[in-house]
Amino acid sequence: MSIWDYANPKKFMQTTDRLLPFVAVPAGLMLAAGLLWGFFLTPDDYRQGATVKLLYIHVPSAMMAINAWGMMLVASLVWLIRRHHVSALAAKAAAPVGLVMTLIALVTGAIWGQPMWGTWWAWDPRLTSFLILFLFYLGYIALWEAVENPDTAADLTSVLCLVGSVFALLSRYAVNFWNQGLHQGASLSLDREQNMADVFWYPLLVCLAGFVLLFLTLVLLRTRTEIRLRRLKALEARERMA
Amino acid sequence: MIALLARDLRLAVRAGGGFGLGLAFFLIVTALVPFGVGPEGGTLARIAPGILWVGALLACLLSLDRIFALDFEDGSLDLLATAPIPLEAVVAVKSLAHWLTTGLPLVLAAPVFGLLLNLPGPGYGALVASLAVGTPALSVIGAFGAALTVGLKRGGLLLSLLVLPLYVPTLIFGAEAVRRGAGGLDFATPLMLLAAITAGALAGLPFAAAAAIRVNLR
Amino acid sequence: MPLRMDRFSAPDASLAVTGLAVARAGIAVLEGVSFALSPGQALVIRGPNGIGKTTLLRTLSGLQPPLAGRIEGAAEAVAYAGHADGLKATLTVAENLSFWAAIHGSAGIGPALAAMNLTALQGRPAGSLSAGQKRRLALARMLVSGRPVWVMDEPTVSLDAGSVALFADAVRAHLARGGAAVMATHIDLGLPGAAVLDLAPFRARPPAEGGLAGRFDNGFDEAFA
Repeated sequence: MSIWDYANPKKFMQTTDRLLPFVAVPAGLMLAAGLLWGFFLTPDDYRQGATVKLLYIHVPSAMMAINAWGMMLVASLVWLIRRHHVSALAAKAAAPVGLVMTLIALVTGAIWGQPMWGTWWAWDPRLTSFLILFLFYLGYIALWEAVENPDTAADLTSVLCLVGSVFALLSRYAVNFWNQGLHQGASLSLDREQNMADVFWYPLLVCLAGFVLLFLTLVLLRTRTEIRLRRLKALEARERMA
Repeated sequence: MIALLARDLRLAVRAGGGFGLGLAFFLIVTALVPFGVGPEGGTLARIAPGILWVGALLACLLSLDRIFALDFEDGSLDLLATAPIPLEAVVAVKSLAHWLTTGLPLVLAAPVFGLLLNLPGPGYGALVASLAVGTPALSVIGAFGAALTVGLKRGGLLLSLLVLPLYVPTLIFGAEAVRRGAGGLDFATPLMLLAAITAGALAGLPFAAAAAIRVNLR
Repeated sequence: MPLRMDRFSAPDASLAVTGLAVARAGIAVLEGVSFALSPGQALVIRGPNGIGKTTLLRTLSGLQPPLAGRIEGAAEAVAYAGHADGLKATLTVAENLSFWAAIHGSAGIGPALAAMNLTALQGRPAGSLSAGQKRRLALARMLVSGRPVWVMDEPTVSLDAGSVALFADAVRAHLARGGAAVMATHIDLGLPGAAVLDLAPFRARPPAEGGLAGRFDNGFDEAFA
């Protein structure tokens, strides 16, 4: 069986109906475990104190903010090339989740930044990049909302997503060029031993997995809702015709 | 294609074509800034590069929705889409017409506005060079945004929301070039990066914009 | 006044449509439309409001893809005239027409102006014309396009009796040169051998009765069965 079979709405609805509990429950467990472990069972950082614990929300949400856009890009490409409607609706469903992840990353960043850098907001390259990403999400969602015909909206938003990805990447490098920042270097890399002790690292890994599963749960749920909405629209249109 | 360029230019300079509006808007922005930040020359000189670039960007934004919306409303866009010239070329030519009527006047007038904002002497070359290299990108990126929103009744606000984030790299490199120029530094690097963005946008975006127009005409 | 032009070479003035289904805003409106048009023929399309005449004509012009079926004939052969006249109010009549002549690479707008009785108006801005005069200018554009297949949506709207006769003459001359025309109109233009296609029998059936609904919506019906 080919993977594209899941792009059929019937197959998708059936599969996700069975799959959802197996994603949602581990998502909840992992998140609860990771956050509790991170908040209560790890020591305070010797320099940053308890604020370091924002790490367990800040880092995963920032990661998912970017990954969500990546997922939208792939789904948009699938829609443009193979015309699978479920793919377009999945991209649509992921956008608000990505937007909220971006917002969480920005807000936790501000709360963390206040005691660390003495300011809620600085025009640091990474902060600025996330602000720009936030604007891209807003534009993408606004375009979906503005266009009435769902197929037209899917086409236009997909093109916007492709072009937006290129410009988001360009902005990232432009912002780096524009201002060298306050942010610490990458905390998540293969030579992590130099950056982060294991006591912080393991709960963070659990939180990361939890956020990935949470994202998956939300996107599946929202895609199912979008499919139902689309069905409703089709029925209404038929009603008008008859 | 020359006929299309000639027509768009002619439409722009005829009554109601909006030629010069962008320039007037740029002037007003430049004139209002000192009221906001105070007349002190040093402050103005420091923020002049940024203000000039943001002003040029907003002036450009002002006339974007005219690129395709008018042709869409009166049916010309349908006819252009069925005409023997490719729609990608139509987009490119219309972006060029937009640049000639909006971007180019800004480039030429910018030194005067720089004077108003007390821009330091060495900055003028950088200002004109960066605007000359960067404003074509503003026009073609704007044409892409206009193509996305051409079928919408009130697309103006959405157009700004879509286009402004896309303007970020252009603005950063453009303003950086002027800032370095004004400080007496070498501004070749940001200028070349700006040229790269313009070249890339000119090469790729007409295809994306033409695809968006085809979708909107369906 | 007869229009002197050479007969059309390639692309050919023929258009054949088989099993065409068209959609408006994603919903099928017509299905199973078939007809063939050879050089010198005209086809008049009839049907009640909202049945999909405009959608069909736009599909024939290549402005939107068909939902199903085949259109044989080059899209480059078709000149389209929709509801909107496509005129620029601030340009003069001659400027408007010259622009389209240049776009289509045809020389001289004089014969087209004369055929639509616009010669005296050519210096006037198009914005100052009456609705009927604008319509005539839009039809003169078909003449300068030099394309063999005219696809026209309600071409006679706001034309007076004299102008309708002018237009009918122009279409007859076009057909005599080996051109073809498809038009949605309720007026009898007295065209020789014009076929009439009534769209009422081709109204798309609801999916429940076996009609087309697009692949997605069919998949949906299964998904919620």
